[in-house]
Amino acid sequence: MKLTVDGTAHEVDVEEDMPLLWVLRDELGYKGVKYGCGVAQCGACTVHLNGAAVRSCQTWAADAEGAEITTIQGLGTPDALHAVQEAWITHQVAQCGYCQAGQMMQAAALLAETPAPSDADIDDAMSGNLCRCGTYPRIRAAVKTAAALLSEV
Amino acid sequence: MGRVGTIARRSFLVGSVAIVSGVAFGYYMYRKPSANPLLDDLQEGEAALTPYVKIDASGITLITPRADSGQGAYSVQAMMIAEELDVDMDQVRVDPGVPSPAYYNTALAAESAPFRPTDRSTMANTTRGVMDAVMKFTGMQMTGGSTTVPDGYEKLRMAGAVARETLKVAAGRRTGQDPKKMTTERGHVILPDGTRIAYTDLAAEAAQVEPVDHLALRHPSRWRIMGKPMLRHDIVAKSTGTQAYGIDFEPEGAVHATVRTNPRKGGAMLAYDASAAETMRGVQKVVPVTGGVAVVADNTWRAFAAAQAIDIEWGDAPYPPQMDAHWQALSDSFNDDQLDSRKRDDGDVAAAAYDAEDADIVEAEYRAPYLAHAPLEPSNATVLVTDTRVDVWSGTQVPRFVQANIARLTGINVDDVHVHVQMMGGSFGQRLEDDVERQATEIAMQMKGTPVKLTYRREEDMTHDHPRQIAMARGRGVVRDGQVHAFDLGIAMPSVMSSQMGRQGWTVPGPDLQIVAGAWEQPLAIPNYRVSGYRAPELAPISSWRSVGASTNGFFHDVFLDELIHAAGADPLEERLRLMWHDPSRKVLEAVAEMSNWATLPGAGRGRGVAFCTSFGVPVAEVIDVTATPEGIRIDNVWVAAEVGRVIDPVNFENLVQGGVIFALGHAINCEITYADGMAEQDNFYAFEGLRMRQAPKIEVRGLENDIHVRGMGEPMVPPAAAALSNAIFAATGQRIREMPMNRHIDFV
Ligand code: FES
Ligand code: FES
Repeated sequence: MKLTVDGTAHEVDVEEDMPLLWVLRDELGYKGVKYGCGVAQCGACTVHLNGAAVRSCQTWAADAEGAEITTIQGLGTPDALHAVQEAWITHQVAQCGYCQAGQMMQAAALLAETPAPSDADIDDAMSGNLCRCGTYPRIRAAVKTAAALLSEV
Repeated sequence: MGRVGTIARRSFLVGSVAIVSGVAFGYYMYRKPSANPLLDDLQEGEAALTPYVKIDASGITLITPRADSGQGAYSVQAMMIAEELDVDMDQVRVDPGVPSPAYYNTALAAESAPFRPTDRSTMANTTRGVMDAVMKFTGMQMTGGSTTVPDGYEKLRMAGAVARETLKVAAGRRTGQDPKKMTTERGHVILPDGTRIAYTDLAAEAAQVEPVDHLALRHPSRWRIMGKPMLRHDIVAKSTGTQAYGIDFEPEGAVHATVRTNPRKGGAMLAYDASAAETMRGVQKVVPVTGGVAVVADNTWRAFAAAQAIDIEWGDAPYPPQMDAHWQALSDSFNDDQLDSRKRDDGDVAAAAYDAEDADIVEAEYRAPYLAHAPLEPSNATVLVTDTRVDVWSGTQVPRFVQANIARLTGINVDDVHVHVQMMGGSFGQRLEDDVERQATEIAMQMKGTPVKLTYRREEDMTHDHPRQIAMARGRGVVRDGQVHAFDLGIAMPSVMSSQMGRQGWTVPGPDLQIVAGAWEQPLAIPNYRVSGYRAPELAPISSWRSVGASTNGFFHDVFLDELIHAAGADPLEERLRLMWHDPSRKVLEAVAEMSNWATLPGAGRGRGVAFCTSFGVPVAEVIDVTATPEGIRIDNVWVAAEVGRVIDPVNFENLVQGGVIFALGHAINCEITYADGMAEQDNFYAFEGLRMRQAPKIEVRGLENDIHVRGMGEPMVPPAAAALSNAIFAATGQRIREMPMNRHIDFV
């Protein structure tokens, strides 16, 4: 099976129904993608499939074949931050940080579709992403900052 | 020398040791506080240097020994060292890891778990020793949470100051100039003529000079780093997906394992059939572990799938299988034989509360459920066992327990068990338990030479968590002339300390003050005021959950107080202020009154509630306002004021408090662990949801600095939150919610 992750092509030999989450983490070593619940309840595993946010714990490997898969590490890097990551740093959103890769992937997908989201848009898009540490107030603020950063360019 | 320095010197002494091409500064811990002079009394192996500052040719490293489960503890510790060392945060590495073996020994590790073990040889210490241990254990429950700041406030700054002054002496030796005329800046000693010498250049010489003693710490008005917003050292990594957690650690050649143990926790595994699992792709081994079975595979998901394919027959639970029996046990505990403590007994409650006119009497019963910790990172640990040593990689808050328990399990000398603490994706108290490390070791012992990475499925994690205690309270009070006249609250719960420490082989004699924590110590001048703790029998195994006893008792105490105030016809905030005798506590109430504009009335369908709770020495007041919508209660705003002595980092402080309030409210409205047939009925977040973003209120936070004691803020925002919410719902709807989770009684949007 051929998978393209963060612009790199990989060949993997896995079951068709192995969740993309575990292909990425255990077979290919993309540890930025996190396991939280395995049942689409927390959003920690969120990646982009052709730009759309999906829960990788609920996406079969076979269904990701041929798609552009983007993980948090492909969204941007410490040296070349994506606007969402920059906003997350500015607001110091993270506490334990474990949910944040998923939060940022969700937020990036939201902003790609809705460049100037309302509070309700943000709540709607982000409410599937659980943060056990309760960083929601900062996530809200950071999404708005990211929207502003993106509109500048 | 100022007061601070004096206190600091009584409890520790900073020293230094030479390391490869450099120097390490830290403090000597000693075990005989009455002995004098300090260092002369140190016996071989009794003391060791705990390093905080390490300088060598490659740079400056600040060692932050307290664990970080997400509260920013590493950064706060580093800030305290850097403040006195005169380095900037961008110049240093922060290393939470195990100190280098060059100056590490086991006595040093005793610092991270300052207990006297209750094995037979030291039983002579008996009650006093054990109670000491209980106090210390209680104090350090949230290692890195509520104790990191108070514990390090003097020690860490002093370590930085000693290092700075000693580096000046080293510069004096080299240049022949007077250290008193030198200054320091950004990691350099500045000579009188302006020449700069980098600390890294002086390190080797600094190791040769006697560390400078008798130092006063800087006055807060001269702080450059503390009290200012700083970029957390882990924030870039955590904002780019590059922060590695325990679950991401994978040494070369590691295999992936998962376990299934009896969901009736502590029960036996009677039989299992793994024939189907063994033939599944990628499965290498199926091995028994205590109370269950483990699957070892080449991929986590394959291990999960195979584990689910095993047929297992489970034994009975060592506790009542149904919830009714748990509640009945609590209900039956309100009697003189089970009275555990009565630390608050002012006035004459028996006369005042039990001899009053019926019309003035208020009686109520409250309940709080078991709650899982459920940090977002599921339990995991990686262990490598060989014939001569064990390596453990895990996000644990109790590395010393892990080390000792694994030494016992494997028969390998405790010095050869190496625990490498990893970043935690949350804890809330869960990582004070060490089941996962023990199980990973059991598996690794059956696969010597191969690193075994054990990951729990979320379902295993939630159903095998040692939850927060279940608790019940009964209040009886009397109001008179528009005031609260008598307040009698009894609280029944099993002992968390006894359950938790029991698993480490300890016994807890005497009262467990967690049974009344968050209730008995409230600074209220109610004329007849009594708080009694009743010790219920052990039920399901329980453990410390963020704010421990106060997480239930803050709710009981302050909702009951609110009921009395309403019965008296008084204003909830005014009456609390009238009763409050402790000035810093009054100030937090006054702060939330102002922040929430308490004096103005909320609109129709809205309600505002206030609550107050002192826990871990921190007085916290919260006001919540809610709207009763046709779809249910909406939580609109929360205002929080907390007295912490000093706010070390205002950004981290605000984030921590906001998050803690959301954490508390989420559990209060929709979370519980219930048992049926001895098994937890909630196994994933759909049944244990907490707050989602759309439900999260706006939260305004203020940290007050009126008290001389510096306190940590990992937990104290939790206890008043549920009470303030219940009080607000009453104000909005007239319905009094006396049980958590509140969605058993009212809907939330
Ligand atoms: S791990 Fe995929 S949504 Fe939780
Ligand atoms: S920051 Fe810890 S779960 Fe979100």
